[in-house]
Amino acid sequence: MGHYIPSTREEQQAMLSAIGAESPAAFFADVPESVLLKEPLNLPSGKSELEVRREVEGMSRLNKVFGTVLRGAGAYQHYIPSIVKYITSKEEFVTAYTPYQAEMSQGILQSIFEYQTMICELTGMDASNASMYDGASAAAEAVAMCRDRKRSVALVSATTHPDVVATIRTYCYGAGFEMRMVPEKDGRTDMEALAEAVTSDVCCFYVQQPNFYGNFEDCTALGEVVHNGGAKYIMGCNPMALALMKTPAACGADIAVGEGQPLGMPLAYGGPYLGFMAATSAMTRKLPGRIVGETKDADGNRAYVLTLQAREQHIRREKASSNVCSNQALCALTAAVYMSTMGPEGVKQAAGQSMSKAHYFADLLAAVPGVTVQNQGAWFHEFVTTLPVPAEKVLDALAEKDILGGLPVKDGVLWCVTEVVSKAQLDKAAAIIREVCAACN
Amino acid sequence: MQLIFEKSRQGRGSVLLPACDVPEVALPEELQREEALRLPELSETEISRHYTALAKRAHGVNDGFYPLGSCTMKYNPRIDEEMAALPGFTGIHPLQPADTVLGCKQVLDTAKQYLCEATGMDDITFQPAAGAHGEFTGLLLMKAYHEANGDFNRKKIIIPDAAHGTNPASAVMAGFTVVTIPSNEHGCVDLDALRASVGEDTAGLMLTNPNTVGIFDPNILEITEIIHQAGGLNYYDGANFNAIMGVVRPGDMGFDVVHLNLHKTFATPHGGGGPGSGPVACKAILAPYLPASAIQNGQDGTEGRLQLKAFYGNFLVVLKAMTYMLTLGAEGIRNACEGAVLNANYMMHGLKDVYPVAYAGDHCMHEFVLTLEELKKETGVSALDVAKSLIDHDIHPPTMYFPLIVHEALMFEPTETESRETLDEAIAVMRQLYQMACENGEEMHHAPHHAQIKRPDEVLAARQPVLRYQWEQA
Repeated sequence: MGHYIPSTREEQQAMLSAIGAESPAAFFADVPESVLLKEPLNLPSGKSELEVRREVEGMSRLNKVFGTVLRGAGAYQHYIPSIVKYITSKEEFVTAYTPYQAEMSQGILQSIFEYQTMICELTGMDASNASMYDGASAAAEAVAMCRDRKRSVALVSATTHPDVVATIRTYCYGAGFEMRMVPEKDGRTDMEALAEAVTSDVCCFYVQQPNFYGNFEDCTALGEVVHNGGAKYIMGCNPMALALMKTPAACGADIAVGEGQPLGMPLAYGGPYLGFMAATSAMTRKLPGRIVGETKDADGNRAYVLTLQAREQHIRREKASSNVCSNQALCALTAAVYMSTMGPEGVKQAAGQSMSKAHYFADLLAAVPGVTVQNQGAWFHEFVTTLPVPAEKVLDALAEKDILGGLPVKDGVLWCVTEVVSKAQLDKAAAIIREVCAACN
Repeated sequence: MQLIFEKSRQGRGSVLLPACDVPEVALPEELQREEALRLPELSETEISRHYTALAKRAHGVNDGFYPLGSCTMKYNPRIDEEMAALPGFTGIHPLQPADTVLGCKQVLDTAKQYLCEATGMDDITFQPAAGAHGEFTGLLLMKAYHEANGDFNRKKIIIPDAAHGTNPASAVMAGFTVVTIPSNEHGCVDLDALRASVGEDTAGLMLTNPNTVGIFDPNILEITEIIHQAGGLNYYDGANFNAIMGVVRPGDMGFDVVHLNLHKTFATPHGGGGPGSGPVACKAILAPYLPASAIQNGQDGTEGRLQLKAFYGNFLVVLKAMTYMLTLGAEGIRNACEGAVLNANYMMHGLKDVYPVAYAGDHCMHEFVLTLEELKKETGVSALDVAKSLIDHDIHPPTMYFPLIVHEALMFEPTETESRETLDEAIAVMRQLYQMACENGEEMHHAPHHAQIKRPDEVLAARQPVLRYQWEQA
């Protein structure tokens, strides 16, 4: 049986004697006899480290790691530089708690301050918090920041990732506010429908950029419509695309959020990922969660602390702006190390290559008889195609050749290409798809 | 030390990606980013040294004693980290076909088996990313349950005044009104106050047991029965689960739903503030309302199950906790609990003659709270001064000024992974600080003296927020 208790049985007995207790049972005297467990838990016995390793490695082998991934839909395979993993496994970072004690946590606090700066740079916004659980919960918390007594309806574009929609819906259900969808038209938010939807009871509008189908929305125009209606404007952005596209700040957003996973985090079956959140200075004091600020210490030297805590649950309790306590600090550190390692040119390169390769692949697929690329106008690294055959036939054929194909969605298949996929891999995938489509016709 | 932006030099960097092997496509001009992207530009050497320097200015539980009350800072085993780094887990897309993720499913099923058995519950969700997220989830389950029964008037959640701050904040997020009930003279739930506060509007109770003063409420069965009689549900805040695991189960004490902090009780690291994992386990009556992923189910998200975040939770954190549970097994889980409680009692015993224990009894559970109110009156040395003085001895301070019902509180939770020598040393340091407070307290007002920084000006930070680095105007 494995354990992490330093004291031997004899030492524990000596400690019990020192405090005048006969056995640990004395400490549980307040537990009603009727509910004290009489038997051990109905679980296997503990194991040695080697046995545990064998068992868990065995589980990992039941999974299939695809050599080529052409699927995104909220989780993206980008290249992670070697140094990112090494730095983020340093025990001082990994095993620290939230930096409540600034005098022995300057390293953690400074790393968060640097992360906040990078998120501000990426989004163009004035202030960032220390991180959120993920992009979907960040979107839901952003909506919560906008609500007040007069305006309690949240508008969400129908071009948003389904998990983000469901998460916003869940948070609205909790607080008793309404979520309304703004319909899409040809793969983008229906601008006219939005103009009609922004009524005087609407607090905000959420749009995803690029949207679920990969399309770039006209975010500047959307922002104008929202602001004309007196509501707040929230943009959920892919951080990789932010290296290339007009920033939320330039589009007039009041709050920018997003899923930070593309910035150095592996796919990892959906988590842990990183929610980022940044706002205009007017909304800074409504930000949920931890925020690090710069100050001076008693000697006048530069120092960092958790700040603006008057917003937070441990001070405000039921009047807090949010209940967020733990966040995703190590993932924020990961994103910061990733951005520092890639540098501005490296992030632009990863984003640009993803976009270029996705377009190359879309052209290959468009040339297959019966396949139509649905995306019109500008799009990033995801696109939807129709197929002349059932999607599973194509996906199964790809899987046989170690390729994870796109995700089946209601109008076809949603494909994604990132910089890690080579031209040769794309050519191969396209050839397989062509073959399946031809054989079935 | 310098910020990474201050070390940046234009043109430095590493070659990480090959040249693009397909024709390059650019965004239309009107969609292009206009501002420069001022990310750091450094060589790999400089990045490595920058973050190594930052790491040296941090303190984790694997570096030293960290008795931060209510946070269960136990040692984080390396095998758990190594298993979570296996490519067979990190390389799995969350939307892969079911027959290609059988290993992930086995991880979740195994974790479910262990956690449901340990809590006495029937079902579980791993979607919540942290304890507070779990609280919100559990409360939404209660809300959905009442509404499904046509009970739309159950709007009140009863919470003791000693509760964690997240409890009332979560209750409000879930649309409830908070009814705060006072603690009795033992720091436990005042049964009369509880009886007086329940009614047809009671949605339920949120309770930590042992509570935040480290005492197991002996009336727990009466408490949960009062709530059930009133038609409410009982929520168990699992922040203190390390104190009872393997000994008694929330499900046997009348609780209907519980969240666990895997980053506390189940030894997964806290990462300087996360990622954690806050799974919610519940009785069968609440299972129909457990959250799911809309996209996994092919839905558009506008209707269907509750959802707290994308996909299925912080999977790799659950994997670390599962590895830990496999290692401990049934008896190891109980031993960890007993070891934690023993260490807390040993440390309390070594301090209680100089520092009064709040709500003192014969024993405590996994943590105890000292009150320095008298010390402060007599010497002017506060709980803050003592806490900051510990930093000079490389001990992370305990939780300060919490729970709110104890004045000048210091809350110690040593956990089971500390040796007797570590506890003896910490006791000796605390006793030495007591002496110093009585003899030369003035010096302690300025502690720490040998840390990375002196005490920071928190008022300045809040009044004139500087939340990002500002480049000098060109």
